[in-house]
Amino acid sequence: MSVNTDAVGKSFPSVTYAVGREKVREYALAVGETNPVHLDVAAARAAGYADVVAPPMFAAVYSAPAVGPALFDDDVGINFAMMVHGGQEFRWGPLVVAGDEVTTTAAVKDISERGPMAFYVFESVSTNQRDETVCVGTWTNIVRGS
Amino acid sequence: MPITPGQELPELKVTPDRFLTVRYAGASGDFNPIHIDEEFAKQVGLPGRILHGLWSMAQVARAQTEAAGGPHTLRRLSVQFRGMGVPEQELIVTSTVRELHDGNAIVDTEAQQAGNKIIRKAEAELDLG
Repeated sequence: MSVNTDAVGKSFPSVTYAVGREKVREYALAVGETNPVHLDVAAARAAGYADVVAPPMFAAVYSAPAVGPALFDDDVGINFAMMVHGGQEFRWGPLVVAGDEVTTTAAVKDISERGPMAFYVFESVSTNQRDETVCVGTWTNIVRGS
Repeated sequence: MPITPGQELPELKVTPDRFLTVRYAGASGDFNPIHIDEEFAKQVGLPGRILHGLWSMAQVARAQTEAAGGPHTLRRLSVQFRGMGVPEQELIVTSTVRELHDGNAIVDTEAQQAGNKIIRKAEAELDLG
């Protein structure tokens, strides 16, 4: 297998995600959060937040609409039948709360191969409406070659 | 409670119920049928529906934030996904503080089900304020 690395450096259109209160609560319940700052507006405000706080891993939700098209891009050329999500990193800035608008831009950070496997690494950078970086994600997908 | 190198953080134990993957699909927007359609999962060679990796990663994240005192403490989390998580089996997150520097704790953490490590070599950075 010889993997095509031409797409390294390619970036994709940014996507803005409006963080909704009920979406945060739905997500928090699905991942088992019990901290009331994620579920109860009064508790969040008592703790000093403007509204319910998105759990840190909610980054997977607000950045997905920007990252998805990068994964499916023809120039990147991932063979989905053989792909697995191999690794993930998030680095967080200020917390995201309901009412925030988070804009994410995704890019191809690296494409490499090791033996029969190709590694596709994407980076997402998410900023809030105050232009603060709330999360940088590194998404590693592994494609087994033939 | 002060956090010190070598210290084990409290284990997080959670058993995803039969319909968890359906709820997480709705909550996250990831409707890949390998997570929600038993027949499809088997057709592509899986034992059955598998957990979303990012749900499992969220359990690793929750273990950290519950130990350290809230969502603001988690500055970074990196994981490698290995094996496959399955519904209706207890998932256990274990975490050990490796070192402290500049008021932050670096934590080695992993998640397993019945001894099968589904997240390994994970590293968290916690701001202890």
